Amino acid sequence: MGGQRGARGRRAMSAVGESAGREALALDRVVHDRTRLGMLSALAVNERLSFVELKQLLDTTDGNLSVHARKLEDAGYITCTKSFAGRVPRTEFRLVAAGRKALERYLRHMEVLIHATRAFKPPS
Amino acid sequence: MNALPSLRRRPPAPLEQHALEEIRFIRDTMERATSWTAFPGWGLVVIGVTAATVAALAARAPSSAAWIQTWLAEAVLAVGVGTAAMAFKARRMGSAPFSPGWRRFALSFSLALAAGLVLTVALARAHETDLLPGLWMLLYGVGIRTAGAFSVAPVRVMGYAFMLTGIVALFTPPGWRDALMAVSFGALHVGFGAWIARRHGG
Repeated sequence: MGGQRGARGRRAMSAVGESAGREALALDRVVHDRTRLGMLSALAVNERLSFVELKQLLDTTDGNLSVHARKLEDAGYITCTKSFAGRVPRTEFRLVAAGRKALERYLRHMEVLIHATRAFKPPS
Repeated sequence: MNALPSLRRRPPAPLEQHALEEIRFIRDTMERATSWTAFPGWGLVVIGVTAATVAALAARAPSSAAWIQTWLAEAVLAVGVGTAAMAFKARRMGSAPFSPGWRRFALSFSLALAAGLVLTVALARAHETDLLPGLWMLLYGVGIRTAGAFSVAPVRVMGYAFMLTGIVALFTPPGWRDALMAVSFGALHVGFGAWIARRHGG
């Protein structure tokens, strides 16, 4: 009985482990980076944010933020608008539908990982 | 806006812990991103200086009605200074002056302000003007504390400080009212304004 339970448990753990592994591998690499994840999260709760606001929020440099913003733009997750407020240049970012979906998908991945790894834990 | 220390690189964590940290990071970022950070610290300092000046002037007011009018004029001036300073700070930060964060802050704050206005009229008509300083401080503190949920931490602390001075004012002799008004609307504004300006970009 104990042996059957052990074998069943190992099979279940293996299946969950594979599933968790697949989920981990299927992570959106564009979103997985902390700076880009922070940008998407901040833009998800704001209609738009300026370059300066995002820089302060994420405590990053101009160059770093520009690079990550470009990657998100290339992936079609955010849009960037450049304008002038008087003589001061102003760069604003907005999250588009694809970006919101990518963030939601990433959150679901994390939830699946948590459930999977909790199910994977052998009974103490 | 506050920086997020969790951006720093850390050693690898087990999957579950990593996933939990990612979700926590997203939640924290969203919380911080909705904070209204254009709260004008330097504007608050100016308001504090004008309030301290008005406290000295109001102490010489010939009647209760004149005392109330002096402080109501200061309130109008403070709203003007605060709005201008907020717009200036928002512009410097490259954000919209009347952002969703500001709207949430203003709505929460205005409720306590409206209650204060109604009670001011009611107490003035009942000739209970000695209660006004404590009531103003208490309600202002409640408004700032409540609205501070949508802004940076020092704003919330300032709300508590005003509530505390309001309670003190309600249970001290009427002769202390001008000194307490100078301490609260003057010194507290200057102190917290300087704190906010230094920690949160102006």
